Amino acid sequence: MTEIPKEEYILKCTSACAGCSSTLSLRYVLKAAGPDMVLVVPACCTSVIQGTYPRTAMNIPVYNIAFAAAAACASGMSAAYRKKGVKTRVIVYAGDGGTVDIGLQALSGAFERGTDFLYICYDNEAYGNTGMQRSGSTPLGAITTTTPGGKVHPKKDIDRIIEAHNPPYIATACSAYPLDLFQKVTKALSLEGPKFIHLLAPCPPGWRFPAEKTVEVGKLAVKTGSWILWEREHGTLQVSGPSRAAMKKRVPLDEYLKMQGRFRNITEQQKQELQRNIDRALARIACEVKQPCS
Amino acid sequence: MKRKRLALSEPVEGASGKTGSWRTYRPVVDQEKCNACGLCALYCPEAAIDPELQVDLAFCKGCGICANECPKKAITMVREER
Repeated sequence: MTEIPKEEYILKCTSACAGCSSTLSLRYVLKAAGPDMVLVVPACCTSVIQGTYPRTAMNIPVYNIAFAAAAACASGMSAAYRKKGVKTRVIVYAGDGGTVDIGLQALSGAFERGTDFLYICYDNEAYGNTGMQRSGSTPLGAITTTTPGGKVHPKKDIDRIIEAHNPPYIATACSAYPLDLFQKVTKALSLEGPKFIHLLAPCPPGWRFPAEKTVEVGKLAVKTGSWILWEREHGTLQVSGPSRAAMKKRVPLDEYLKMQGRFRNITEQQKQELQRNIDRALARIACEVKQPCS
Repeated sequence: MKRKRLALSEPVEGASGKTGSWRTYRPVVDQEKCNACGLCALYCPEAAIDPELQVDLAFCKGCGICANECPKKAITMVREER
């Protein structure tokens, strides 16, 4: 088993909700990155949970920046560090709103320029910090405050948008598998160039499930195939252990949906469409693993 | 006091106060059942469980993930009386 450092870079305690999976994930991201790093945080939950000025719970340098500008800010930072010959790691920790909606053009630009940085999108499938408004990442049928009857559009596939930039490393992770996340962040940081990790972060108040079920819901997302764990290093796809097991034997999607209050209004038709999307995504990955198309 | 030129926040413990006061249910570990696997410390979002598996009740928010994920069911959530 990988040895995880005992140092904590988040001092007790942030003001995150009880059972917050993004704080859980951030712990392991920072452990993997070590002290020589800068965290760039656009407007998202992580920018409000740090504590109130002049005190912060983050024991590493953090730069808080406007919603649309995280990747652009990291680009400049990374360029300045590399010019000075400093190896400091630049990591963006952004929510799904700041990645798939508002921050998309800055992100695309940074990947096109080949900035040496790691972009982590922790995806709680809505604008969590302002009270769960619909984002491009919200799945079909989910209730948010701006889609009270359930969202009628499917989730945007940000991974394939980023894949189109041909980055050296892109991966998905889930907060319920911290060791997998730790290994992926470590591997990403060992490579040069723009890296992307898409992290599923179940949100107890937003997805409407009890705080103690955070890890359980995350595991179910992977076991039902709703979330697939994989990594692509220099174009070579590798499916991670938990998802390899899910591809052999899947848990019925219903078990994942019925745990969450946000899916209480979902129609049978929407359920079937979600299931079809899962089948399609898994089939595509299985096909590529069997026969790499390069 | 001299005014700072930059709006920098300093890292301190308890930047958001003693979050233990948020708690409704307190985790109680049954040492008889515990096999020290460390999954509770692995999954604690706030790192309120140290490597020796002692719960820091000053900061534990009482989310209950540790009790839910404990494979030995050695942790029970007990209602706080105050």
